[in-house]
Formats: sequence, C-alpha cells, structure tokens
Amino acid sequence: MPSLNASFPLRPGRVHEACGPLAVAMAAVTAAQVSGLLWLRESWRPELINPLGLADYFDPARLLLAQTRDQTDTLAVAEESLRDGALPLVVIELTAPLSLTAGRRLQLAAKDGKTTGLCLIPEGMGSNAAETRWHCAPVFDPSDSTLMRWEIIKNKSGTLGAWHVRWNRASRRLDLVSPVGQRPGPAGAPG
Amino acid sequence: MASDRALRARPVDGPFALTLKQANADRLYCLDTGAERAGLHRGMAYADARAFCPDLQTRPADPAGDARFLRMLRRWATRYCPWVGLEGRDGLVLDITGAAHLFGGEAMLLSDMRQRLARAGLAARIGLADTRGAAWALAHHGEGCADPGQPLAALDHLPVAALRLGEDTVTGLTRLGLRKIGELERTARAPLTRRFGPELLLRLDQAMGRQPEQISPLAEPPHYGVRLTLPDPIGLFDDVMAGTGRLLDQLCARLKTQEAGARSLCLTLRRVDQEAQTVELRLARPLRDAARILPLFERGVREVDAGYGIDQMRLEATRVEPLPVRQLSHVSSGRADRLDDLISRIGTRIGLENIQRFLPVDSHIPERGFTIAAAAWSEPEGSWASPRPRPILLFPPEPLAATGPRPPERFRWRRMSLSTARATGPERIAPEWWLPDENWRSGVRDYWHVETRQGRRLWLFHTPQNPGWFVQGEFA
Repeated sequence: MPSLNASFPLRPGRVHEACGPLAVAMAAVTAAQVSGLLWLRESWRPELINPLGLADYFDPARLLLAQTRDQTDTLAVAEESLRDGALPLVVIELTAPLSLTAGRRLQLAAKDGKTTGLCLIPEGMGSNAAETRWHCAPVFDPSDSTLMRWEIIKNKSGTLGAWHVRWNRASRRLDLVSPVGQRPGPAGAPG
Repeated sequence: MASDRALRARPVDGPFALTLKQANADRLYCLDTGAERAGLHRGMAYADARAFCPDLQTRPADPAGDARFLRMLRRWATRYCPWVGLEGRDGLVLDITGAAHLFGGEAMLLSDMRQRLARAGLAARIGLADTRGAAWALAHHGEGCADPGQPLAALDHLPVAALRLGEDTVTGLTRLGLRKIGELERTARAPLTRRFGPELLLRLDQAMGRQPEQISPLAEPPHYGVRLTLPDPIGLFDDVMAGTGRLLDQLCARLKTQEAGARSLCLTLRRVDQEAQTVELRLARPLRDAARILPLFERGVREVDAGYGIDQMRLEATRVEPLPVRQLSHVSSGRADRLDDLISRIGTRIGLENIQRFLPVDSHIPERGFTIAAAAWSEPEGSWASPRPRPILLFPPEPLAATGPRPPERFRWRRMSLSTARATGPERIAPEWWLPDENWRSGVRDYWHVETRQGRRLWLFHTPQNPGWFVQGEFA
C-alpha cells in the first residue's frame, strides 16, 4: 500500500477532483491546511454546506462563497480566481461533466496562480484533465463515527490507493487508520 | 413653480392646479395663472375650488420632486451670480452685487432671466432691490425694480404683508389702520414695538436697509464626474483604456481632496452616431487608487461595441463612501487588497452581491444558525461554536416512510435502502415562535444522528406533534 502522504496534501498548482458522498468532507480537510478559500456553487442547488459543521475543520470566517447562475459562470469565476492566486484554494461544485478544454484551462490557470483547485463532481463525471481523482465515502465503525474511506481512483503522477482516515476534531488533523484487514470490526468496507 | 413643472411634463388646456392632502383634506397646493384668474387661491379646499371652477383640472403634488427641481433651478441661476440661495419652497434669492454689469445692467439681466424662464415654461415673479426684504416684497406684491438707495419709494404703496410678517401681526396692523408700508414707516416706532414686539420693526428695517441681512448660498455638493472629449474618434481597446486611465487620474485626485472613495463607477462612452454605451463597475471596498481600479474596467470595456468610434468619454463615481486618509504601516495589507480586487473582478461577472460569507447567528434552528451576507458589505466576525456536532451538508427536509418516536431500523432514502446501526439522540429543538417560519409549522423536532450500516451518517428528525420522519443533513 502506498503512503497517503505521497498524494494527500493535494499537489498545489493543479486541479483535483473528488466524488462520492463525502467529497465535501475532503474539501473541508483540504481547507483546514490553507489560509483562505473560495467556494463556488450554483445558486439553484438545494444542498448547502453548513458552516456550523465545517467549523470542526476550519474557521468559516476564512471561507468566501460565490453563488453563480450556471456552470459557465462557475468555470469563468474559477479560472479567474485560480489565476489570481489571492486565495490558495478554490473549491468548485460541478453539476455537469467538464470538457477536456475546460478542464485543461482550469489546470493552466491553477499553474499560473500557484493555487489548488478541487472540483466536487457527481460520481462518474470526471474530466481527463484532472491531476487526481478521489472517491470519498463514509464507513461504519462501531467504535467511532467519523471514519472515512478515501480512494484515489485516478492519478497522473503516482499510484492509486485507498486509505481509511478519520478527522481528529481536537487536534484538527487527519488520522490514518490501520489497513482494512487488520482493523477490528466488520471487514470489507462498502464504498 | 410646482404647477409649471407639472405642466412642462404634460400640458393641459384650461385652469390647472396641484392638490396636496393637508390636515386630512385635499387643498390646492399650487395654481397656474388660468386658475388664479378664475378666482382660486392657494390653500383653498379642493371641493370648494371645484364648485367655483368646474372645469379645473388637477393632479397630485409632489413636494419632494419640487424641492429637487428647485435645487436644479438654483444651480442654473448661478449663471447670473455665484451667490444663490433658496427662499421658501418655491423661491430663489440671488445676490447680484457686482454681477449685473456682465449682462448689461440690471434691466437687461432681469429681461434675460425672464426670457429664459418663459422659454422653459416657468412663470416667474422677480423683484430687485437693495435689500433682501425689499426684493421679497416686490416679488410677492407687485413686481418691479427699486431704484438704488430709495427702497421706500418702491415699497410705499405695498401692503404690510409684503414685510414677511406673521398672520396675526398683519391683522393687528390692519385693525390699527396701518395698511401700507409707507404708513407704517411714518408711524412712531416705540408704540409699535410695545404692541407687536421687536420682529415687526426688524423686518421693516431689513427692508429699508437699516439692518443687515445675509444671503447664504447653498454649498455646492462635490461632483464626482469627469469627461474627456476627443478631436478624433477612437475605437481600439488600448486607446479606450488609456482614456479611462486619464479620467480615473482626475477623478481619484478629486476623491482624494474630499477624503472619499468610489464604491461604484459608471463609464459612459458616447459614439460618433450619438449612441452611448455604459460600463458599470462596482467595487468590493471604497477605493481611490487609479492603478487598482483601471484593470477592473478591462472586462467591461472589452464588451463595448465601438461602432464608428467613440468621441466622448465620461466617468462618474455614482456611489461614494468616506475613505479617510490612513497612515501607511510596515504591516502590509497587500493580501487583503488582492482579495478585494479579486472580489471586485468576480463581481463584474456574477454580481457583487453573489459573493458572500457566512456570519454566525445565535439560534438553535439549524438553518438559522448562520446568515449569508455579501462579502463586500460585511466583515468576518463572531465565533462558530456549536455545543453539539452539526452536519456539514444541509438540504431541505426530505420525507421518509417511517413511524414511531425511535429512528426506523430500515428505511429508504434517495433510492438507497439503509439500515440503522447506531442512533444518537434525540435532541429536541423547538421552533422560534417569535419568528414565523413556514417550515416549522409542524412543531418541535427531535433530531437524531443516525449512522447506517452502509456508511452514510444522516441527520434525521421526527416531528412528534405532527408525526413524520425527515432527513435534513449529512455528517462527515
């Protein structure tokens, strides 16, 4: 099993993708390591991040929310803010698959601004231009209620892998849990 | 003046008046000459006026609009002299000392003024005298121009009401048989003061020039607009940006002297064919730094269609906020400035009010535990402490098919079958009765943190007063 450290603090200057039910949690963990972030969402979506829940990960005062009308606006704003570099992280909620051109433009913008982009995509809608793609899902654990399974399902510059992690609220860091086979409780995590 | 303004907008035939509701009754507020000739007067009840003059046409008055119009007239009147003040609700007072010769004397000035006002459709009554009081008397009671040094000659036959006196004083003087200013002037002063107080003689002296009276001109409000007229039309992006840069330099210098910063700017580009195109820019912070504002115009200017060329540019700061001069410090605010610029730039695309931040609110209701405020008009503040774990995603409550006060063992949600492995709760949250909310009509809610065997950790609630189960959020 490769080490999570090889891929997890997401490579800066690139755009990454996360899917699965807990993609938002992955964005929150990433945001905990930077000084500020812009969160882009389309204003018509009923789901909204809850700052009271995010406060376990980072201070919501560092978060700026931009509500756009459609994905075209989202991408334009994402490109602008990635290139600008005033905020080190841009989280982009996507609702439709990205074309290769659009994905590549985001990559170039992130490279210019030395910023990290994280697209939260619906499952199975990844773009070929993404640097890495992660699948994040919650896992039931009788002794704990924050266990997650992070699986890297696409990696342009490294190997794939899956890890069980949990967020430590007190110390605000990510704990890596021992591999699946050796840990107590039901074996085999459903995805 | 008010009726003239209304008639300018929409002329009518026949007598015309404006009505205003005063003391719960419609009264005539302002009349045109036709209505005055029909025997109507200001302050008359509308019903009476209709009885006197059945073909009277009326419209409701707009005192606020009239005040604005009067201010515009005041600005126009500064073409005659720099000292122009307002007099009452429909008058202007000008101090033309040393300015009359520019128009060829007082008579020429008056006729010029009369002509221009008549062309604009405004009926004016103008009085000119040595003192403010005498000019007022002449304007309100018989027009005319008093000879210099002899105000009494012009005022002699005017009624005492022309002295700007109160209703009671005028009635009292009439009872004494003093109807004309001349008669008043020739009466002994001491008994008059004893009878009517000092104000009567003060007004008389002011009209006669024995007491000074100032004209206070209104201060010119600072004007944040600059323009540039070009001898040859331009059309290239770089040229327009260079022109905008020049205008911005002028505007920012003006903002700096007033210690103000622009919050929104409007660039109007007039083309050769008289079409005008505008570029609006709203800023995340009040700014007067030309170097920072100019790049923000790029996007808007790029979208302008120059047509046959642009020959006039006008830049105006449409909203201005105070921005005091601040001491520079070694602790640089560079990052905050960059962030503000980014917000402004994104704001030109999606609207400045769509860039928001969360602010904490002291409420137990999950969806009211925070507010969303526009980032340009708010500062991050408050602390985000919640006594119990809260989900990271919230959505509108989605109903579940389940009954009973305990969370269901098995349930279907979003076409997934889930089974409960552990449920923590209940946490009872009562609606805030002081704020009406449609969603909380179903009464108190018992919230449960349900962990499913399939992994998903959901925030369920049960409404005991109106039985039903709902999912409202998801935990990490």
